[in-house]
Amino acid sequence: MTTLTAPPGNGTPPQPPAVPAPPALPPRPPDRPRELRSRTLDDKLSLAGAAVGSFALVWILFQWILPLHSPIGFVIMWYVAFLALYVAVTSVSNPRVVVVDRLAGAVVTGGAVLIGVALVSAVGFTFFRGAPALPHLNLYAADMSGVRPQDPLTRGGVVHAVVGSLIEVNIAVGLALPLGVGTAVFMVEVGGKFARVVRTVVEAMTALPSIVAGLFIYTVLIVTVHFPRSGFAAAMALFVMGLPIIARAADVVLRVVPGGLREAGMALGASHWRTVWHVVLPTARPGLATALILGVARIVGETSPVLLTSGASTFFNGNPLDNAMQSLPLFVFGAVRSGQPVFISRGYGAASILLALVLLLFVIARRLARQRGGRS
Amino acid sequence: MHATPEVSEPLVDGSDVPRRPPPSLPLTDRLFHHSARAIGMLVLAITGSIGLFLAIQSIPTIRHYGLRFFTENQWQPEKDAIGISAVLLGTLCIATVALLIAFPLALLTALYISEYAPLRVKATLISMIDLMAAVPSIVYGLWGRDLMQPQLVYVAHWLHQHLGFIPFFKVDADPDAPVWQQSQYTASAFIAGVAVSMMVLPMACAVMREVFAQAPVGEREAALALGGTKWGMIRTVVLPFGRGGIVGGTMLALGRALGETIAVALIISPAFDLKVRVLEVGTISVSSLIANRFGEATASQLSALLMAGFVLFLITLLVNTMAAIIVNRSRSGAATEI
Repeated sequence: MTTLTAPPGNGTPPQPPAVPAPPALPPRPPDRPRELRSRTLDDKLSLAGAAVGSFALVWILFQWILPLHSPIGFVIMWYVAFLALYVAVTSVSNPRVVVVDRLAGAVVTGGAVLIGVALVSAVGFTFFRGAPALPHLNLYAADMSGVRPQDPLTRGGVVHAVVGSLIEVNIAVGLALPLGVGTAVFMVEVGGKFARVVRTVVEAMTALPSIVAGLFIYTVLIVTVHFPRSGFAAAMALFVMGLPIIARAADVVLRVVPGGLREAGMALGASHWRTVWHVVLPTARPGLATALILGVARIVGETSPVLLTSGASTFFNGNPLDNAMQSLPLFVFGAVRSGQPVFISRGYGAASILLALVLLLFVIARRLARQRGGRS
Repeated sequence: MHATPEVSEPLVDGSDVPRRPPPSLPLTDRLFHHSARAIGMLVLAITGSIGLFLAIQSIPTIRHYGLRFFTENQWQPEKDAIGISAVLLGTLCIATVALLIAFPLALLTALYISEYAPLRVKATLISMIDLMAAVPSIVYGLWGRDLMQPQLVYVAHWLHQHLGFIPFFKVDADPDAPVWQQSQYTASAFIAGVAVSMMVLPMACAVMREVFAQAPVGEREAALALGGTKWGMIRTVVLPFGRGGIVGGTMLALGRALGETIAVALIISPAFDLKVRVLEVGTISVSSLIANRFGEATASQLSALLMAGFVLFLITLLVNTMAAIIVNRSRSGAATEI
């Protein structure tokens, strides 16, 4: 607004419309928000150039100059060289602030990519090593009774471990789910001093290492009461481990149900119980389902409590109360430590099945979570 | 039941009167409250009894061994020499390595998801992190042992060669030997730590991302409107705001790293030396000690193992409680963490 002209003398003060409109102010372009996500040509080219250049540099270094062959070393060197080149290229034509910004972006993205690669490699590696065992149908139909560790993959299977896992997890979850959700309802809906004590203890017990939960059941049930090592003992260990986890997850979900809904229910004259049953729990249902299925996925994959309590068996056993019962994680643990290549392969096959089971649970949990916005 | 006569009285001046709750709860509600309280008591009894049981079980051990239990490093029941100093040190070493790897990566991943990722893939990335938390620990153990270990021995050797003067990176071998002993670098706390870091990372990352997402929009926009770059905005708004979440999430991860069993038991070879040489073969952690020794344990040894487990539990409890306090202080309201 520097074009405001001075009034022409003070002889004629009443000239209100005579303030001349600022002449020929160049028309301002319309306001546009800063585009933070788009990239200029300079951005793209310096990124691509640095990536290609550093790859070539490190390749020459590794191939011709240094006696190094480790792929991890290559990737690390490439990344470091890339960062250095990127900084150098950027600082040719940009101020320091931009250089720092781009460097930070490259570092952050690099970290995220590394984690993605690690996750994919962990999942992919398991399926890759399990691939020799997976096509044989006997893996899903037979147990390991009478099969020696060095027997070929066309003999024996892990159906006993799958069934054992399912039985143990079903018992554990069948007990932990109602108790956990009930406790959460108590802590959130009834409340009071006692509920605070319960919440403190439950939260504290989520810190219980799973192996200690297994050791507890082992000492109480197997050593003291002389209960046989069995599927039921394993289920108890999983239950003890999972109960605080499920109770806490349900507690967190129930706590975010808006208080207004509860008050509306009560104001309409519904009793507290009817409000909880018809308003609070249906509202929280998708969240509860997600939290609980993720809890179940954690329980399915847990090895250490089972290791102490179930005993390992090679035969099919549908009775959780008597005799040892095999489960998937335990089978994997035993197989991959055996040292027999064929048996290790079998172990990886079982690990693939376990992983597929967890992935399935996970997809179901996601599906349920997505309904949250849609319905009700 | 609710025919109280004074209800009609304030209507005279026409003001709104809040609905008075009936003087006593209906039967269903009383039933509901009592049964909910009963469930709460049952769960309290179950969970509380574990802690109590562990505490009581460790009394004979502490009476027998006294403070030697904390200073002795051997675990040789036949010589009546049982102690957890080496075991605790090994647990700490593995957890430290795991955190040193998991902390920066979790921070970067959380920043990427909350600030850099395109909006379309954000939800997918978040569920990838959840998926990472759901992958069974034995899978990470296998990944660490069979995929990473053959590569990581080179990294360990390189670290030993160039940073061997730091006690942390010392190995009982000649670093510059023409044919170096690979077996000296396997089955170490370092490799176990790498596997454990994958397990604890999603937990830390989820907490951090949640806190970053809650950084106030107004201040973000203010920073950008003043001409700051994206990194400038992150450095001045997101990171200071999320400091509590960063520290708390890391401590939650530490709590989980201390108690991890199967991946560690799969990778390490047990050794009861008091050492911080994380690159060297052999170490031991409380949980893998329990996994290895529960089978042949007599009653008194079992009580010693329970005591070791109890000490581990107390440490993780302490860490988790501090983490919860820090995270809660930084959070505005209750938020879902699934």
